Amino acid sequence: MAVKHMLTTSLLLGVFAITGTSMVALTFDNTEVRIADNEYQALLQSLNTLVPPSSHDNDIANDTVEVISRELLGSKKPHTVYLARLKDIPIAAVITTIAPDGYNGAIKLLVAIRYDGTISGVRVLNHRETPGLGDSIDIIRSDWVTSFDNHSLQNPEGLGWRVKKDGGIFDQFTGATVTPRAVVKAVHNALLYFGQYKDELFKTTDEAHTATQVTTDGQ
Amino acid sequence: MANNSYNELTYNGLWKNNVALVQVLGLCPLLAVTTTTVNGIGLGIATTLTLVLSNVTVSLIRHSVRPEIRIPVFVLIIASFVTAIELAMNAFFYDLYKILGIFIPLIVTNCAILGRAEAFASKNAVVPSFIDGLMMGAGFSAILVLLGAIRELLGQGTLFAQAHLMFGEAAEWMTITVIDDYSGFLLAVLPPGAFIGLGLLIALKNVLDQRAQKRVAQTTVETNTDNAVTTTG
Repeated sequence: MAVKHMLTTSLLLGVFAITGTSMVALTFDNTEVRIADNEYQALLQSLNTLVPPSSHDNDIANDTVEVISRELLGSKKPHTVYLARLKDIPIAAVITTIAPDGYNGAIKLLVAIRYDGTISGVRVLNHRETPGLGDSIDIIRSDWVTSFDNHSLQNPEGLGWRVKKDGGIFDQFTGATVTPRAVVKAVHNALLYFGQYKDELFKTTDEAHTATQVTTDGQ
Repeated sequence: MANNSYNELTYNGLWKNNVALVQVLGLCPLLAVTTTTVNGIGLGIATTLTLVLSNVTVSLIRHSVRPEIRIPVFVLIIASFVTAIELAMNAFFYDLYKILGIFIPLIVTNCAILGRAEAFASKNAVVPSFIDGLMMGAGFSAILVLLGAIRELLGQGTLFAQAHLMFGEAAEWMTITVIDDYSGFLLAVLPPGAFIGLGLLIALKNVLDQRAQKRVAQTTVETNTDNAVTTTG
């Protein structure tokens, strides 16, 4: 009797598990396309604000390369670089990079660099900086990130790529130096990376390279 | 009689046994999310929906679930609903999902939901369970929104900021800048501000209750010692 009781009880539990899982699977099935579309649109929108859609004619969100550079991109994981071209001529690259030394851990950034080496735009994708202090790096809070626009490795040179407190040209915020310092360093490193590897990044044209998986966020 | 008990369920959920103020359950999402009013509304709706769905389902199956497996079954039901809600939110309110994202799965761990399933829905019929879930959820949401509004007002000087994330672009007018050029009061936005804010709200409730009790005591000589049961989780 005890065995029978145990069996029916576990069977019952199994039925509930299957029902619950089916419900989740069904919802997933019905929302999957829409969620993927949302993520694609959000990515495309942030890429478009950095590289004007009129300046290129390729599908920038899907024309990507995965690159790894621990010293310059801030992590040993692969980073996605989105490429903008006009009639196969390189226009700009949008590098996803990480500032590993934020006040509260890593800060994820998009750095868009024109082929001539000037910055087209910088955006913070993801951060955990202190609200009200460090979060001014977010475009929603302040336009500080736009202060990188049009700068390059030559403008300013070397030591200028620091916050003002450290003798550079970029503002820090009142009460928060660590965060902007980390971001400035990461943007500078992305420029260095681009300067070193820009031709290799765009080389992939011939192979009609398209990445199948686009990752927008890798928490 | 039935009417009376629904009134009592409503009173219980919204005031006397309020999830946030009296039971002090679900603190993790409550304190973490309420930095703005809109966040509070979002999490409030998601939690209420979960509470109603899980209460109704648990009540429906209350006779067929054996006592020894009831807790895993309840957890399973709650987790399934929360996951489904999370997916739906990701699909239809993508921007809001990006803000509330990590807190939606945490609804599963909100002991208020399992608590209502075990303490109420597993012993009562569907309709009272539905009302109980709705009112407990509404009471919790009210505190989420209130705390969110207080923290947003003190922290940023606005109300309903980013309302468009939830109600679409047409709702941009809802954002009210109460104080212009407000430099912000950091403490209100940080977690300690949430604790202090919740503490003040609980104190306010207790003061109101005591006043109401005094008034009752004045009319009827007999004093009412109806102590609220406080649990933690």
